[in-house]
Amino acid sequence: MSAISAAERNRLEQKFPEVFKTSFLKRHGLIIGLAATALYLVFCWFFFNVGPALSNGKWDRASIYVQDWYSWRAQPRLRFGEDGLVSAQWSSRGQYPANAEIDWLTPHADGSMTAVFDGEANRLDITTAQVDVWVDGTAYPVTITEDGAFAPDNVPDSIVQDRNKVWVHYGFEGQAEIRGNQVAVQRRFFGWANFLYDPRSPLWGNDLFSTIGLAFSPDQVVEGKPNVQLIWEQWLGNQAWQHGDILTKLFQTLVMAFVGTLLATLFAFPLAFFAARNIVQNRPANWFMKRFFDFIRSVDMLIWALFFTRGFGPGPIPGIAAIFLTDTGALGKVYAEALENVDDKQREGMKSVGASPVSVNRYGVVPQVLPVFVSQSLYFWESNTRSATVIGAVGAGGIGLKLLETMGTNSDWDKVAYMVLLILFVVFLFDNISTAIRQRLIGPAAH
Amino acid sequence: MADATQGSHGLSPATETLLRHYRSQVMTRRVYSLIAVAGVLIALFLAMNYANAANSGKFFERLPFMFDFIKNFLPRDPFEIFRAMFDLESPYFDGSAKYNYTASRVYLTDTFYIPHLIYQLIVTVNIAIVSTIIGGSLAFALCFFAATNLVGAGAVRWFMRRTMEVLRAFPEIVIAGMLTAILSIGPIAAIVAISLHTVGALGKLFFEVVENADMKPDEGLKSVGASWLERVRFAIVPQVMPNFVSYGLLRMEINVRASTIIGAVGGGGIGEVFRLSIGRDYAAQTYAIIIMLLVTIIVIDQFSGWLRRRLVGNQGFNYAKGSV
Repeated sequence: MSAISAAERNRLEQKFPEVFKTSFLKRHGLIIGLAATALYLVFCWFFFNVGPALSNGKWDRASIYVQDWYSWRAQPRLRFGEDGLVSAQWSSRGQYPANAEIDWLTPHADGSMTAVFDGEANRLDITTAQVDVWVDGTAYPVTITEDGAFAPDNVPDSIVQDRNKVWVHYGFEGQAEIRGNQVAVQRRFFGWANFLYDPRSPLWGNDLFSTIGLAFSPDQVVEGKPNVQLIWEQWLGNQAWQHGDILTKLFQTLVMAFVGTLLATLFAFPLAFFAARNIVQNRPANWFMKRFFDFIRSVDMLIWALFFTRGFGPGPIPGIAAIFLTDTGALGKVYAEALENVDDKQREGMKSVGASPVSVNRYGVVPQVLPVFVSQSLYFWESNTRSATVIGAVGAGGIGLKLLETMGTNSDWDKVAYMVLLILFVVFLFDNISTAIRQRLIGPAAH
Repeated sequence: MADATQGSHGLSPATETLLRHYRSQVMTRRVYSLIAVAGVLIALFLAMNYANAANSGKFFERLPFMFDFIKNFLPRDPFEIFRAMFDLESPYFDGSAKYNYTASRVYLTDTFYIPHLIYQLIVTVNIAIVSTIIGGSLAFALCFFAATNLVGAGAVRWFMRRTMEVLRAFPEIVIAGMLTAILSIGPIAAIVAISLHTVGALGKLFFEVVENADMKPDEGLKSVGASWLERVRFAIVPQVMPNFVSYGLLRMEINVRASTIIGAVGGGGIGEVFRLSIGRDYAAQTYAIIIMLLVTIIVIDQFSGWLRRRLVGNQGFNYAKGSV
């Protein structure tokens, strides 16, 4: 590369001043903008107290919550009886029916019990006087006294003495808390427990394949009831997973979005004609209609939802009302803009043959805008399927409220995951349906 | 329309046949349209019936209560609304929290304070702005990897697009609820939830803009041996930036609404105050919040609309809600 001469440089600078002498803002705008944004973010860091909030977070719980999405915990308390008998006590959420044979928790004839965590090398041999903690094939005897449980010296890191109790950690497989009077075991398994049937069901223990087998089998599990009906009833009535309830709530949310959007379409359609300057030539009417659309559109959906929840009580009606009102405004605005952009030739043609005003609009305007209108409404329907979930959470009912209630328990994250999957599935389904219809209406390029 | 009897129009037989076929086609079309409309209306009717049955109060039974609620839910005098808005002392103060507006003033100095509701509104608007900045930056960084004209590897594009779809459809309240359980109630949950949603929503719009970009500058840079990054930086980004900013502003409008709603379910800010005040029958405070939110949303909409028109003209105004 050869450098250009000073004269040549001057000539270039003279000839293209707009390239070499740009404004200050153009030259440094990017840097200034980035710096201002960074400063603003730093301000917000302190404004929202992000630092303290993060350091006060319960991060140890966070990993448990995340694990709960895709795995489940069996949590028996193994009580020490007076006579040397160790017995398992399950909470009301127990995942096993009474007297079930559990392959990882074996009671022995002498009253002791074995809890297997990760193969035979990682297990607890529990008697009322001593708990043998096996970690990677080595046993560490934890002695039980009146005052508590005490681990021997030289134990690995996974065994921790915490005052008068002993913690044993087996990683993902679970943990145990050994005390003077009991061993609280937490055993974690991959997957969702009892997703098909709860422990009270006569079908408990069946997996998907044996269920399909049962459905086609001529032997009735319960006399006088077809197996298919029994399976359906037991699945919907699953106490732990509440399939029936969740599906009903999901359906309510879909109904909210469907009815709200459709009603908004039906109301916005005639009103948009009054808002369009070229259709109704009455400036005050146009102005008033447009401001009316702006007003109901700008009142937050949250406000409408809470307002109608007070009036009608929780359920789909406040959700429908909130979606209906905001979308009447939004659709009306979009429709009016589409109407103002119609091709005038067709209306002129209708007018020239002496058609009435109604006929002019029916045959001169509506055929032009109908595909756009329907496609817009479908777009809104699709997006309302998503927002109906959130609206539900503030009190309008449906799957949103169910989600919020389930999250409030802080222990049913697997059910939350299930509902999220259902919502994702439904949203994708509706996305594809509405995209397919819209493509048929207005062609692939225009969406 | 008049009956089309054979030869009554004085047409030739061939034209007569054409007319008959045309009419029968119009008839078929009408019948199909009628069936479709009737189907939709029947579905609407059934769905409304279902909604009515599922609601805890039936529509026509509760309608009088609704009117009573609107009628009775009024502040004691119109100025109460402004006293609630600006934390001024109320003449109706009787020791109860309902009229105690002065208690929650946010003092910056000994005498200068920000009224509580305005402070909460600032929190909500800031949540929206921060989420738009964070989500928008991430979407900006990711969108180029989802564009057909920039990334040849189908697997990368497929992965990026599915990620964006999931982020878009993932219910915001779940992210907010999960973080609330870990960090306790506060704005961080709302910021993260809205940011993640913004990544999905903006990412999709962004990569569609990138795919529609003119590829001639890219070819020019390619011909002089520019790297992929340089091509994106100097050929694509200058073209798409106005549209990106326009979509970002549109997103900010939507995020202001989203942050009030997320606030109501545990994100803090004005949404939560509104939920509490309408639940406790604080009429003056409720109307104050409604007015403030209305004004805020209109101002932000107008401002961003004005800015977007300057940036990209009218094209950014189609499908105003399409990105939700």
